[in-house]
Amino acid sequence: MDEQEAGVLEATRDVTINNSLGLHARAAVRLVEMAERYKSEIRMEKDGQGVDAKSVLSLLTLECPSGCRVRLRARGADSRLALDALTELIENNFGEE
Amino acid sequence: MKVPEFIDRSSLLKGVAASPGIAIGRAYLVDRSKVRVLYQYLINESFIEEEVARFEQAVARTEAQIGAIKSDIPAELSDYAYILDTHLRMLRDHMLYQDTIDRIRQEKINAEWALKKSVDHAQDLFSRIRDEYIRSRIMDVENVTDRVMRNLVGHVPESLAEIKERVIIVAHDLSAADTTQMRLDRVMGFITDMGGKTSHTTIIAQALEIPAVVGLKDCTKRIRTGDLIIVDGTSGDVLINPDQKALEFYHGRQRSYESYQAEIVRCSHLPAVTLDDHRLEVKANIEMFGEVAAVVDHGGDGIGLYRTEFLYVSRLTLPTEEELFVDYRDVAQIMAPRPVTIRTLDLGGDKFTSAVHWAEEMNPALGLRAIRFCLQEQGIFETQLRAILRASAFGNVRMMFPMISGLEELLQAKEILERVRRNLTQEGFDFDPDMDVGIMIEVPSAVIMADVLAREVDFFSIGTNDLIQYSLAIDRVNERVAHMYEPLHPAVLRMLLSVVRAGHEAGIRVGMCGEMAGDPICAPILVGMGLDELSMPSTTVPHIKRLIRMMTRADGKDYLEQILKCRTVIEVNDFVKTTAATRFSGLQDDARIGPPA
Repeated sequence: MDEQEAGVLEATRDVTINNSLGLHARAAVRLVEMAERYKSEIRMEKDGQGVDAKSVLSLLTLECPSGCRVRLRARGADSRLALDALTELIENNFGEE
Repeated sequence: MKVPEFIDRSSLLKGVAASPGIAIGRAYLVDRSKVRVLYQYLINESFIEEEVARFEQAVARTEAQIGAIKSDIPAELSDYAYILDTHLRMLRDHMLYQDTIDRIRQEKINAEWALKKSVDHAQDLFSRIRDEYIRSRIMDVENVTDRVMRNLVGHVPESLAEIKERVIIVAHDLSAADTTQMRLDRVMGFITDMGGKTSHTTIIAQALEIPAVVGLKDCTKRIRTGDLIIVDGTSGDVLINPDQKALEFYHGRQRSYESYQAEIVRCSHLPAVTLDDHRLEVKANIEMFGEVAAVVDHGGDGIGLYRTEFLYVSRLTLPTEEELFVDYRDVAQIMAPRPVTIRTLDLGGDKFTSAVHWAEEMNPALGLRAIRFCLQEQGIFETQLRAILRASAFGNVRMMFPMISGLEELLQAKEILERVRRNLTQEGFDFDPDMDVGIMIEVPSAVIMADVLAREVDFFSIGTNDLIQYSLAIDRVNERVAHMYEPLHPAVLRMLLSVVRAGHEAGIRVGMCGEMAGDPICAPILVGMGLDELSMPSTTVPHIKRLIRMMTRADGKDYLEQILKCRTVIEVNDFVKTTAATRFSGLQDDARIGPPA
């Protein structure tokens, strides 16, 4: 994929995880369930480390306590839609509180 | 006690005595040993997609098996159904599923090998996670991939729920997930290849009060399902297919053990008063509310140590004041008028909570833990103090701070306590204004400063586990030095004695709540030192009470003086080993039947 095409298809978004428990197992499950609805490749990055956002186990290894900033990066035709949905989920504290 | 000469040595296995008593019955072999993984390169490209398909089938079969277990789950284990849902999800997680397929294709290796590599990778990533709750999710990964591996290799995983008759479980190792599936009422005993005094099998067996021997190394290879075996959980001996003579001998031993147990339990409600009229309080250590009934049943004079971490770990949020209060109040009410000593949070070290972010530490035993953590996280600390104080209105509650290393920490903690008291008064809550406040003595600097600290508290409780570890600079879980962890080290004995003296000079009571307090062989020495209270696992209470009732403190003192003349731990151990049973009649029964765990 050339740079220009990537520019069109790739989207990033910075979000703060604000639910009191941070990105624990159940929240990670909800995030993956949402991410799986989209075709784009989606990654979550924290402190320069990025993981597959469609894997609960990978998300857990990122260790995101409450208050931490993460960057979502999606690549694919529906990348913007995917990030809209994921950002909303995170901003709604995964529907927990 | 030794195995008699007439017993055939070739059928005898030796392990770690994990839970006392004798079980005689049929073996039931639980095949939980790791499957041997075959390593193969796929030379021919055309095999690769076949291998991917074989992996896919094994995963699908595993899904079906987990689904079947899930549908059979009895209603009372519905929590377990959630665990299985998690397992189902992990099965298809990219980190395992896609990663394995990628490895088969890219590295051209067989499915077993690829899966093993994926699991190794996941284990490596998870081992670096700080949060204990999240880190422990790797156990789900291991459980589920073990099933896939069995399906690849062709083993059929068995269901432990299918055990029909009463059996002795023989296993490589047992996890909590294994025992959840078991009909525990059908288990007469446990023996395992792996494990030690603190492994899951040991804890379960002790809680159920059934015999267990662990750390047998190869019992799963030597024993087959249906073999008649004898498990002596007191000595750590296991006999395979014993002859008639051996059977008769062990049947006799089983009867005498049971009648001895019955006798000490019958007398367990009597106070522990020495023959020369010194009373010791013999109390129990608990970790959760559910254990209170056992304390009462075993005649505990109270709870000497309520470890309060349980409500904080293995969950994602901090407990609320109300939740803590209800828990402490219920314990206090059931035990009243007997005292309940609640230890404030001892988080850090090896216990963490997911609700707080823990920084990586090089040496957590010497890190931000216990009272240090509480003084830093005062909000968490105050919530607990409020709950404890409020519970004090409902029973005989005492409170103690762990890991105090000097006067500053104690004064700081007391200041916070004072503030909490004022707030509660203003808010109109009831509490016991005279509630005893004490400290754990478990840091060597607190031993040295005991005379100063004693003037600021109502009691001391010596935590020998940490005190010994810190004094001798021995990490108990490091197998290379664990053998040097010696409760009867002359230095330890001198420290204990100086704490008792400092406490008594200031007119406060001195207790002990470490493992040493429940070790029968130490009891005469501790009585001799003049300790006022001993706190231990509740099942040990009747036994220690009986030992105390059969001795005089004067004799204990005299004995201690002789021991203090020893210059090395070897001298002490030899002296105790050769003289204790003849001097203290309570220990003679131990020599005959063996002490409890």
